[in-house]
Amino acid sequence: MISIRNLTFSRGDRKIFDNISLDIMPHKITAIMGPSGTGKTTLLKLIGGQLTPDSGSIVVNQQNVHQLSRSELYKLRKKMGMLFQSGALLTDMSVYDNIAFPIREHTQLTEAMIRTVVLMKLNAVGLRGARDLMPSELSGGMARRVAMARALALDPEMIMYDEPFTGQDPISLGVLVQLIKTLNHTLHLTSIVVSHDVQETASIADYIYLISAGKVIGHGTPDEIRNTESDWVQQFMQGKADGPVPFHYPANDFGHELFANDTQQ
Amino acid sequence: MKFFQLIGQISIKALAKLGRAGLFFMSILSSTGYLLFRPGLLIRQIYSIGVLTFWLIAISGLFVGMVLGLQGVYTLSTFGAESSLGIMVAASLVRELGPVVSALLFAGRAGSALTAEIGLMKATEQLSGMEMMAIDPLKYIIAPRFFAGFISLPLLAALFSASGILGGHLAGVDLLHVDSGAYWSQMQTAIDFNDDIINGVIKSIIFAWLVTWIALFEGYDAIPTSAGISRATTRTVVNSSFAILLFDFLLTALMFGAP
Amino acid sequence: MQSKSIEILVGLFVSLCIAALFFLALQVSNFRDLQDNGSYTVLAHFENAGGLKSKALISMAGVPIGRVAEISFDAENYDALVKMRIDARYKNLPTDTSASILTSGLLGDKYIGLTPGGLDEYLQEGDTIELTQSALVLERLISQFLFNSADKDE
Repeated sequence: MISIRNLTFSRGDRKIFDNISLDIMPHKITAIMGPSGTGKTTLLKLIGGQLTPDSGSIVVNQQNVHQLSRSELYKLRKKMGMLFQSGALLTDMSVYDNIAFPIREHTQLTEAMIRTVVLMKLNAVGLRGARDLMPSELSGGMARRVAMARALALDPEMIMYDEPFTGQDPISLGVLVQLIKTLNHTLHLTSIVVSHDVQETASIADYIYLISAGKVIGHGTPDEIRNTESDWVQQFMQGKADGPVPFHYPANDFGHELFANDTQQ
Repeated sequence: MKFFQLIGQISIKALAKLGRAGLFFMSILSSTGYLLFRPGLLIRQIYSIGVLTFWLIAISGLFVGMVLGLQGVYTLSTFGAESSLGIMVAASLVRELGPVVSALLFAGRAGSALTAEIGLMKATEQLSGMEMMAIDPLKYIIAPRFFAGFISLPLLAALFSASGILGGHLAGVDLLHVDSGAYWSQMQTAIDFNDDIINGVIKSIIFAWLVTWIALFEGYDAIPTSAGISRATTRTVVNSSFAILLFDFLLTALMFGAP
Repeated sequence: MQSKSIEILVGLFVSLCIAALFFLALQVSNFRDLQDNGSYTVLAHFENAGGLKSKALISMAGVPIGRVAEISFDAENYDALVKMRIDARYKNLPTDTSASILTSGLLGDKYIGLTPGGLDEYLQEGDTIELTQSALVLERLISQFLFNSADKDE
């Protein structure tokens, strides 16, 4: 479905991805995990064509995303749903209008048909009763579910979740995990979940890529990953404070710096 | 050496920003066609940009006119020329104060709101979200706001001048008993439709373009954090005020400077 | 949605502002003068048009009947050529009408005053007024006065 080859992307002097390659299987949930600040969101934006890589290619549905014309790219995006971390709901519209928005923009459906579609999508995320609320009246978990319903509004073939679990209470978290899983099965979607919440993600993912410092560190099914011998992978999966990823941000010798500070004053 | 390097850095930054702003403007223009099919978007923005600024402009215009009326009578009476009050009030409003003050008020009221709105939409990923829904935010969000501002400000400037002239009448004629007939007739002989009114309208059209362009670009280009947005909002008000006054000087020199 | 009331408010806003623009045009400026029922051009040569500006008033018996369209230097006669646009309502100005450059008040603007003659033929588009009196130049007036009083003394 999606194949990324030799992708390199940098922001300023910092290399965010250094020659990485990964494949995303159709109709499966693929998780991309890694510590904060490894550019997981950037990867989703690269797939969606919002950013352009320095080199390498991203092929979605046999189309190279960054060689498409603007209108072709927009056509491709209609087949991609994306769930932003903040939900990215349009704050001046009600929940109902938020979900109806992409349908109104892209189709010629009558208002009655749009109503049916919107209510179906809202029902799928369990928020049919919240259709008249404004985004500011929703809790974080509800906003994410509404955003999910909106991402599904155009019946995409694939859906990308950007940190769906961050900052959720345990109940909302359970709901989201369940939703991602059932939606993927019932709608035959291809899902990409970007996250650093190990337990939740590993529980629903079919395949996991671990990314750190611009490289793919490990990949495999959740069981394969758990049983890797790599120290780094073990540190990440079990959440140890120290290990191959050091507790300290790179710095000069501590004693030396204290001394240097003294002489400066 | 460091000094020159600093100047170099600043000018390169400024040029780059100007270039981005230029491209931004071009892409707004290329979205014009879309708006023809979606007049509803434009009307909604004229409401939030123009209609909501209506009372501010109308009342400020009235008071500016009243002040001009009072000051005019006091100054002109030393020459015994109170009957020229109408000329003084109308000429200063129609040529200068109408376009300039309404543009400054517009930058403070509507311009800063535009920057903050667009900046927040960027920070909350609403713009990115639209892009991923295959809806171009330049067409859907930016272009309607640009044209709404572009249409509203010249109308508001006319409103400002008109209510200012009525305010001058209120202060000069009703309060200080300058002759009403003299007020209007002197005004009508001295104010030329082409030279004064049309030039004033041209000025306000150019200010409208400047203010909405700056406001939208600052919002779109803002660093999407709360500090970034507040800085962008400040920049909108400061930069558009500067631009208004600078262009006012240039346009005045061009329109009224030559004998 | 309340889009209907928004549309109504926007409609009110736009029409009010356009009304303001009309007010400026009709009540404040000379727009109505420009919408003349046509006008015709008459020329006049002045020995000295000092202080006269284009768009200055042309009046007859104290009533404005037109405006100065253009002032240029006539290189053949070494004098000033003034083009005057006169409202078409006042078609019956005799051909021996005289034009003089006058000042409204002591320091006011210069304007052209027309005094009708007695002939039965009327001025047509492009005709020239033969009888003209130049602008009063204050310096010349003063020096004349000084010469005259010096003559008297002798």
